[in-house]
Amino acid sequence: MIRLEKRPTPSRFWAGFTPVLAVLATMVAGAILFAALGKDPLESIRTIFWDPLFHENFAAYSRPQLLVKAGPLILIAIGLSLGFRAGIWNIGAEGQYIMGAICGAGAGLAFHPSESFLIFPLMVVAGALGGWAWAMIPAVLKTRFGTNEILVSLMLVYVAENILASVSSGLLRNPEGMGFPGSRNLQQWAAAANPELIAGTGMHWGVVTAFIAVIFAYVLLNRHMLGFQIRLTGQSPRAARFAGVNPTRLILICLGLSGALAGAAGLFEVAGPAGQISIDFGSGYGFTAIIVAFLGRLHPVGILLAGLLMALTYIGGELAQLMLGLPSAAIQLFQGMLLFFLLAMDMFSNYRIRIGKPEVA
Amino acid sequence: MDLSAINPVLLIASLMVAATPILLAAIGELVAEKSGVLNLGVEGMMITGAICGFVAAVETGSPALGFAFAALGGAALALLFGLLTQYLMSNQVATGLGLTLFGLGLSALIGQDYVGIKAPATPRLDLPVLSDLPVLGRILFSHDLMVYLSLVLVAAVWAGLKYSRAGLILRAVGENHEAAHALGYKVIRIRLMAIAFGGACAGLGGAYLSLIRVPQWTEGMTEGAGWIALAIVVFASWRPWRVLLGAYLFGGITVLQLNLQAAGAAIPVEYLSMSPYLITILVLVIMSAGRARAALNAPASLGRVFHASN
Repeated sequence: MIRLEKRPTPSRFWAGFTPVLAVLATMVAGAILFAALGKDPLESIRTIFWDPLFHENFAAYSRPQLLVKAGPLILIAIGLSLGFRAGIWNIGAEGQYIMGAICGAGAGLAFHPSESFLIFPLMVVAGALGGWAWAMIPAVLKTRFGTNEILVSLMLVYVAENILASVSSGLLRNPEGMGFPGSRNLQQWAAAANPELIAGTGMHWGVVTAFIAVIFAYVLLNRHMLGFQIRLTGQSPRAARFAGVNPTRLILICLGLSGALAGAAGLFEVAGPAGQISIDFGSGYGFTAIIVAFLGRLHPVGILLAGLLMALTYIGGELAQLMLGLPSAAIQLFQGMLLFFLLAMDMFSNYRIRIGKPEVA
Repeated sequence: MDLSAINPVLLIASLMVAATPILLAAIGELVAEKSGVLNLGVEGMMITGAICGFVAAVETGSPALGFAFAALGGAALALLFGLLTQYLMSNQVATGLGLTLFGLGLSALIGQDYVGIKAPATPRLDLPVLSDLPVLGRILFSHDLMVYLSLVLVAAVWAGLKYSRAGLILRAVGENHEAAHALGYKVIRIRLMAIAFGGACAGLGGAYLSLIRVPQWTEGMTEGAGWIALAIVVFASWRPWRVLLGAYLFGGITVLQLNLQAAGAAIPVEYLSMSPYLITILVLVIMSAGRARAALNAPASLGRVFHASN
């Protein structure tokens, strides 16, 4: 008979090993899925995980894309992980990402066509503030009225999407765009653009910020009182209260930080790779970042690696779509499966499997 | 703007249609939460039900079979959640989110060849005399069967939870799983059944969208309906009749804003479309402000992992 025995503390070995195992299991399940769709499973897996980095023809194009896609994912996931650790569930990062982009781009476009070097920093601050303010809505409602932050932050995603549709055909529409929806292209305006910093790497200011955020979060969690309070609250909210942690303050900080990072990610995206505010600007990074946060075990370094891996599946998915005609939804499903396998295998780090009869106490 | 173009009788009739998907999903989730399981994957189960039902109905030509398959699809996805949270003891919040992401991907994959097809029509009830009554006939007696089924379901859940032995056991498991376990009830088995019921209801709700309300398949067509259903369960403070009230209230707002759009109101379309979400937030705030009352009725073991130590 098989039974589970709770470990006194989660196993460190399994905590590190399960993400690897989950990725492998997802590859196997994915291969079966692709075979069921009538594609060569091995070739599909190779196209997704190997070709974007090492294919002789495509790699030169797709390798820089890795950082372009990983940047926002890491930046958002780092913010989310702080809250998730403390049991504060901000799942509306997509909305904060959109609002950050709108506020940042709006702040910049207000000064068009100035060429001042202050424009871009101003946009970054406005973007982060926009995301922060959007995240403050669930935070204040939770601390003031005890409203569930999961539902409120998610509802606000739909509100943000509607605001995006409204401003891209109204307030921020390009006056020289001949009536088409969408703002001015920020890439073509040097003072507001977020260019590739080193040619051929995909590195832009957003990626730099993401790397800084990883270091910042690592230091915060391991060397700072606030990080300790976050971890303590996640493990035992009651003990945290006795230890003098102020839950209200923690909620405001965690949601605010994750909102600001998501907003900044939105701004870097709109000023860089996306180029303009348009109706289809929201691309689901805010939701994929939830998977990235869990895949990285809510640990800053883990999130860095998970963000790169998830970016790889995006690029590989596009490549597989192009080369093998694999539907884009299959990649979405693939990413969802990854989260499932990961959560399922979490059991190994929290429980020990015992085979045989239970001992009589 | 021409407000006289809005016909109150049609408004009420279409309100019931707009509310039914959310009502179905919410009453299912209520049962799951009463057993102590917080399944945040309602959106994923709804959209899976929407596509399973749509495919089955298009392939067989029978909407009834479509609904049956939608319930099966929703329940199957819910059992995946059950497997993860009950046997592998994963975090319910994270697993529910995963279920939503997974369901959205799965439905998009299944549905890619079904975009732009029209669903076979579901007949509306047509009683000889009753349906022809001036006002009441249109409001009460000329809907499709699913509208009535959803109302029956609410009544059944209410009566079942309140008066039946099974309902009592379900509530006991939700209030205190350790005590229920000590009394010899199979906590995990009961919860799995509640989860599957919730999934089947969410699936039916999704299929109602794709087969009757819209009736077409588009990717991500639930547009947050599953999340609104979750909010309505909180709004209802876990009482079946209040779920009905909440769903109809929400349906009313949806229909009203659509009518205002059609009547050419001076408010931009985007602001009207975001109003249901804003009102959901507002309702959540009002409900949780009287927290003492609302929290009293929440199942005490909601969202907690059960692991029998012996």
